[in-house]
Amino acid sequence: MYRYDEFDAQFVAERVAQFRGQVARRLSGELTEDQFKPLRLMNGLYLQLHAYMLRVAVPYGTLSSKQMRMLAHIARKYDKGYGHFTTRQNIQYNWPKLVDVPDLLDDLASVEMHAIQTSGNCVRNVTADHFAGAAKDEIEDPRPLAEIIRQWSSLHPEFVFLARKFKIAVGGDKTDRAALQWHDMAVEIVRNAQGSIGYKVIAGGGMGRIPYIAHVMKEFVEREDILAYLEAVLRVYNQDSRRDNIHKQRIKILINTIGPEEFRRRAQREFDEIKENGSLQLPPEELARITAYFAPPEFEKLPDEMPKGDEAFANWVKTNVHAHRAPGYAIATITLKSIGAVPGDASADQMDALADLMDRYGLGEIRVSHEQNLVLPHVRQKDLPAIHARLGALDLATPNAGLITDIIACPGLDYCDLANARSIPIAQDIARKFADLDRQHEIGELKIKISGCINACGHHHAGHIGILGVDKKGVEFYQLQLGGSGAEDASIGDILGPAFGEHEIADAVERVVDVYLQERAPGERFLDTYRRVGLAMFKTAAYEKPIFEKTVA
Amino acid sequence: MAHPAATGPQMLTANCLRQGDVLYWKAGGWVRDFAQGEILSDPATATAALDAAQKFVTDNRVVAPYLFEVREQNGKIRPVKEREIVRAAGPSIRTDLGKQAAPETKHV
Repeated sequence: MYRYDEFDAQFVAERVAQFRGQVARRLSGELTEDQFKPLRLMNGLYLQLHAYMLRVAVPYGTLSSKQMRMLAHIARKYDKGYGHFTTRQNIQYNWPKLVDVPDLLDDLASVEMHAIQTSGNCVRNVTADHFAGAAKDEIEDPRPLAEIIRQWSSLHPEFVFLARKFKIAVGGDKTDRAALQWHDMAVEIVRNAQGSIGYKVIAGGGMGRIPYIAHVMKEFVEREDILAYLEAVLRVYNQDSRRDNIHKQRIKILINTIGPEEFRRRAQREFDEIKENGSLQLPPEELARITAYFAPPEFEKLPDEMPKGDEAFANWVKTNVHAHRAPGYAIATITLKSIGAVPGDASADQMDALADLMDRYGLGEIRVSHEQNLVLPHVRQKDLPAIHARLGALDLATPNAGLITDIIACPGLDYCDLANARSIPIAQDIARKFADLDRQHEIGELKIKISGCINACGHHHAGHIGILGVDKKGVEFYQLQLGGSGAEDASIGDILGPAFGEHEIADAVERVVDVYLQERAPGERFLDTYRRVGLAMFKTAAYEKPIFEKTVA
Repeated sequence: MAHPAATGPQMLTANCLRQGDVLYWKAGGWVRDFAQGEILSDPATATAALDAAQKFVTDNRVVAPYLFEVREQNGKIRPVKEREIVRAAGPSIRTDLGKQAAPETKHV
């Protein structure tokens, strides 16, 4: 894992001290709320529906056991005993008091963590494939580059006042587990025809009110040029984006307004200029220095031999255990989605117990996934039964990774000041409806994603089944979308029609799933069948029963 | 937030600056419990309360005061919008948290 150097530690410590002063000045009245708000947002502190909320950055989703223990400590000392892992691989605390936040940030800094740039119009926490460094078919671990991008984009003087937030992801595998094509900008590590490793850069993806899949900016960027090219793209965005209309300020709007070809031309012009000046080259020795922090652990020489176990263990292995690059090892996904639970929530006790599990079986490391799950990236296959048993005792062994009950849901109206409708109760209703494990396996891979407003933190545009909460005269309704994907076959879901009432949406989902089960060809996932047969049949089934909107009209 | 053209009863809410808690206006001050909050029966009364709340903003005791609509339902006053219902109670999926868990009625 990356360790702070002297500069990092000093930078974070100074930032905490600075924020402590800003909080003191706010409380004394020296700063007004209007003056203070942008300062607290720069430090990840929001004012939500019930209380302040602090979003803590988990760079590229990687946590050590020491950090996990600190997250548990913070949940107990400053919050209400739990935290919420988010779709950007971060963790949020829902109840901190403003007066406590400086001390909380000091505690975070003691384990090399912070909340800087988790909000505001800047480059946000850089995310990455949660199987990084462990995936069997990975070309290269994406985290060294993600860390370099983190360093480059932290308080970058040119990009601290962008038109809007800017999200970057990095993947190192043809299998996209980081939703690359949905990001403002993303880097995919690729190998060219000559066998050299370089970077494919894409930009202009995004969810929200107007969803777009990213365009390829450059198929192959040489290693030493990557920061120069990323800077070129950001510079064009920063210079040319609209700042007069909040709905048109993301890079996706700029690229799709002027066209990807024109954007590429402008980016190339900036890139050429940066290269000509000779600045921003990424020296091989610097890449090597950062890469050394992420060197693979010394894996034992073990045979590939998946242990046998009872039915519960076998079910868990089937969905939650994935192939590892090292023989005898495995990747274990811990879904924070037990039936009826709040997706992404973990209690302080669970976090502490997970830290112990990480130390005992997981080489002290864990990952946060954008699907609001946790991942033990390096575990010995022979330890899987013990891990499964321990997770079971923590109510964390639900065998549903990638299945219909492994639902992404934003905090929604239960917590969020921007939300129009609740997301979590809908996720809970659907999970309970499909709780039967045999039925889940019968359905197979099916990704449901739920957002409580058009900002789409719950990734509804990318759900095989997406659900968007809307407000109609103060009452919650839910729009259904089908056919989205956040993987390498990325697509935007199609809106089915009028929204459903709170108590109808889970039944509508069930009717849609039934159509899939009737129509699917052998080997087809829900998404494949939808793409083959189209929307009409699903729409007919979804609206087979009168919906609330019609019955009250 | 309240519709600008609200004509029915309203209440006034804000957040405590230091702690972030949701507060409700009552008799020139603030309480934490929705049920103890003051019903502002007409637009003039509501606007006057919002104006009076500004003193607490400038005194750095509360942030973001705003009016929202309420109505009587089964003999009880309830917010019109789901947003305010959740805000007054706490997360609907964690009834052990928020005001629904430990209502306090004291003045702030």
